[in-house]
Amino acid sequence: MFKQLLANEFVFPLLLGFVFGILCRVSLLRTDYRQYPTYPHGKIIHVSLGVIASALGALAIPALLKENYTAVTFLTVAAQQFRDVRNMERTTLSEIDKQELVPRGGPYIEGIAMVFEGRNYLVMFTSLATTTAMILFQWWGGLLMGLIALAISTKLKSGKTLQQIVDVVPAPVRVEGKDLYVGDIYIMNVGLQDSQNVIREQGRGYILVPKDANAKVTISHPGQRQAILHDVATQLGVFTDSGEPSLTPLVKRDLHTGRLGVFLLPQVKDQDRALSVIGAVPILESVFRMPQKSKTAKQEV
Amino acid sequence: MTSQIGQILAVITVAKDSIAGGAPIFVEPTKERMQQTAFTLEKILDAMVHEVSEETLIVVRHQ
Repeated sequence: MFKQLLANEFVFPLLLGFVFGILCRVSLLRTDYRQYPTYPHGKIIHVSLGVIASALGALAIPALLKENYTAVTFLTVAAQQFRDVRNMERTTLSEIDKQELVPRGGPYIEGIAMVFEGRNYLVMFTSLATTTAMILFQWWGGLLMGLIALAISTKLKSGKTLQQIVDVVPAPVRVEGKDLYVGDIYIMNVGLQDSQNVIREQGRGYILVPKDANAKVTISHPGQRQAILHDVATQLGVFTDSGEPSLTPLVKRDLHTGRLGVFLLPQVKDQDRALSVIGAVPILESVFRMPQKSKTAKQEV
Repeated sequence: MTSQIGQILAVITVAKDSIAGGAPIFVEPTKERMQQTAFTLEKILDAMVHEVSEETLIVVRHQ
């Protein structure tokens, strides 16, 4: 029976595509400062789905060549399946977000969920390309195509970061009576003297200066601002607790120039680290705007 | 960060005459006592204290 299996002309292309698909999913599965996907169960879920995706991708072309046209409809089932992945991630993260000291915010969650769906398609693409190449050319063709597909997937893995569109400048936190400023940007009204003292001691301020009109519109989005606060809070800690609403890190916008005043309460007060953490905040895909591409509004926004 | 609707949960003041309305009003003899009451209320209500004027603080829930 084993011999019969090996005699099938498509066994090796399928296997190679399958292996490369799984390799792709594993290489794209990173647990970083976000502590997401969680280890081990979150990872198990996504590796298993990656295995399914790579099997589906690998099967498509051999199924066509065997004139089994209906088999291709399985791909649509796959697409449906991976949309559910997105829903699953969205639900989980939204539940977690309710209990966060500094929440991620809806758009950040959408971004993460979208990434999980997208990566499964990358896996399908990798295994499909590998299998096809090995059927058309020899094993070396498959291997080469697999490596190229892996490289493409890795390149598509990460998006832009904030430092590409803004300059991050440290600025003093000023508490003038009830008014709290970062540099010249007004942040909020703090009524309790106790909180004002804590903010004077613990507060740190940064100003984000947009590099162009696109950046100005992108960073004005409240979802993007919440993402900055969340990322800094996860990496540098946050000097607050539940029941301390006065000690809330906040980002406010200077309406005249489009700059953002970022008021933080980090536990780690290393300025260089804070600058690099803010610079490395991902630009949320769903928030990214490009008004300069508009035909009607060529002028500065 | 989404659309926030503030709700005034309490008013703490030393100038009794300038305040009236629906929220509970705490009248204190001195500004120090006003700060202490505001501190207590902030912790109890999990809401933020804002200064409207030097004589008056309000406790607001942002959500």
